[in-house]
Amino acid sequence: MFLKKDLISVKDLSKEELLFLINTAENMDQEDCSELLRGKILATLFFEPSTRTRLSFESAMKRLGGSVIGFADPKVTSSQKGESLADTIKMIEGYADIIVMRHPIEGSARLAAETAKIPVINGGDGANQHPTQTIVDLFTIKKTQGKLDELHIAMIGDLKFGRTVHSLAIALSHFRVKLYFVSPESLRMPEHILEALRKNNIIFSEHEKLEDVIPLVDIFYVTRIQKERFPDIMEYEKVRNAYIIKKETIQHAKPNMKILHPLPRVNEIHTEVDETPHAYYFQQAHHGVLVRMALLAIMIGNAHQHRNDLI
Amino acid sequence: MMNENEQQPNNEKERERIISFIQEGTVIDHIPHQKIFDLVRILALHKNTEGTVSIATNLPSKKCGKKGIIKVEGRFLTPEEVSKIAVICPHVTMNTIKEHHVSDKISLTLPKIIKNIATCNNPNCISNHERIPTVFHVLEESPLKMKCNYCEIIVHREELMIK
Repeated sequence: MFLKKDLISVKDLSKEELLFLINTAENMDQEDCSELLRGKILATLFFEPSTRTRLSFESAMKRLGGSVIGFADPKVTSSQKGESLADTIKMIEGYADIIVMRHPIEGSARLAAETAKIPVINGGDGANQHPTQTIVDLFTIKKTQGKLDELHIAMIGDLKFGRTVHSLAIALSHFRVKLYFVSPESLRMPEHILEALRKNNIIFSEHEKLEDVIPLVDIFYVTRIQKERFPDIMEYEKVRNAYIIKKETIQHAKPNMKILHPLPRVNEIHTEVDETPHAYYFQQAHHGVLVRMALLAIMIGNAHQHRNDLI
Repeated sequence: MMNENEQQPNNEKERERIISFIQEGTVIDHIPHQKIFDLVRILALHKNTEGTVSIATNLPSKKCGKKGIIKVEGRFLTPEEVSKIAVICPHVTMNTIKEHHVSDKISLTLPKIIKNIATCNNPNCISNHERIPTVFHVLEESPLKMKCNYCEIIVHREELMIK
C-alpha cells in the first residue's frame, strides 16, 4: 500500500515513494490497465481554473476504466452560498472514491485530507503546493535522461514566487544533482529553499545570465517571469527579454539537453524552439496522464501489490 | 521547604509586597513585561471569577531588566496551559504554591505540536478562512521555528501572532 492515504505536499514523499511512483508510471503505457479502476469514481473539485491538471486527471481516470464527477467552476457550488470547505468535503466523500482538489487558499488541501475519509490529492493549493506537477517533472527528467542522479539541472525565470521550482528543487534534493538557478536579482530562489538544499548537501549556484549555464546542463527548466510580481515596472522591463529562449540561445547546448516548462508559456520560449530536439515541454504535459494514472492506481487500485517488484 | 516570600532577594521581595501573597495557587515570575498581557489572555485570567488574580508589570529585575509577575489564587495550571506559556515566554519561572510554600517548580517543555495558540501569519492560509484550530509543528526549539500544518509557512517566535 502507498504509505500515506493522501498526497498533499511533495515534502511528504520519501525517495522510495517518488521512485515507486515514477516506476509505476513507466509501466502504465506498457500494460493494459483499462479495467483497473472499473466502478471507481474520481471527484474533481476545481475551485480555481485549470486546464492541464484537471483534464489529465480526467483522462487518467477514464483510461483506467473509472468515471469522473466534479466541477470546474466554483460559482456552481454551495461554497458560493457560504458552505465551509469542510462541509463540502464531507458531502463529496459519499459520492466518490477519491478526490482531486484545486483551491486558491493555501492549506486547503491539507484540511480536505484531514476531513475526508477517502484519499485526497492536492491539485494545487494557492501558492503552496502542487505535488503531482513535481512528480510529472521528475518522471520527465528520468524519461529524457534515463536517470535522476549525476545530472546538471538549471531552473530559469521567476524562482522567488514559482511554486513548481520550489517543489522540484526539494524533490531533487533526494538525488545526486547539481542545480543552477538563473533569475534576476529580485526573483532569486528563497533562502529557505537554499537552506534545505544545503542541509541535503546539494551543490547549487546562482546566475543572472542564461549563457553561463546553457553549455553545462542536461535539463533546462523554464518558468514564466510574471510582470505582476515586480514592484517596479522598470525592473521588469530590464529583465523581460533576458530569458526569452530562441534557437540561437541554445546552439551551444549539450545534445542530450531537454527544455521543460510546466506550461502555459507566454513568450519565454520562442515557437521556433519547438521544432528542435531540445524541446520537450509538450511531451512533459503528456506524461502528466501516465503519472496521474499511476497515482490513482496506487491510491485506490491494486498497483501497490506490485510495489516490491517495481522498486 | 522554601516559603514563597523567601524566594526573592529582599529588595525584590519588598517590591512584590505590592502583590498579595497567595496561600494556594500558581506564581509565574520573570515574565518579559511586554508579554504579560498575552499570558493573561491565553490563560483567560480576565475571565477568572474565583480567587485573587494579581498582576504586576514593569517591576525592576536583575535577571531580565523589567519583568512582570502573575499570582493566581486557587488555580493550578494544566499541562496544556504550561505548553502555551512555554511557546510565548520560555524563560519564565513557575511555582505551585501550597500553604504559602513552594510545593513544586513547574518545568517548561515545548510541545512538538502547538495547537490553537497563535494565528497563522499567512492571510491566505485556510486557517484564517475556516473555523478551525491553528496547528504548528515545531521544527527547531531554540530559536523557535515552526511550520504551519496547513499552508506550510515557516514562523519564528518573534513573528508569533498570539490569538
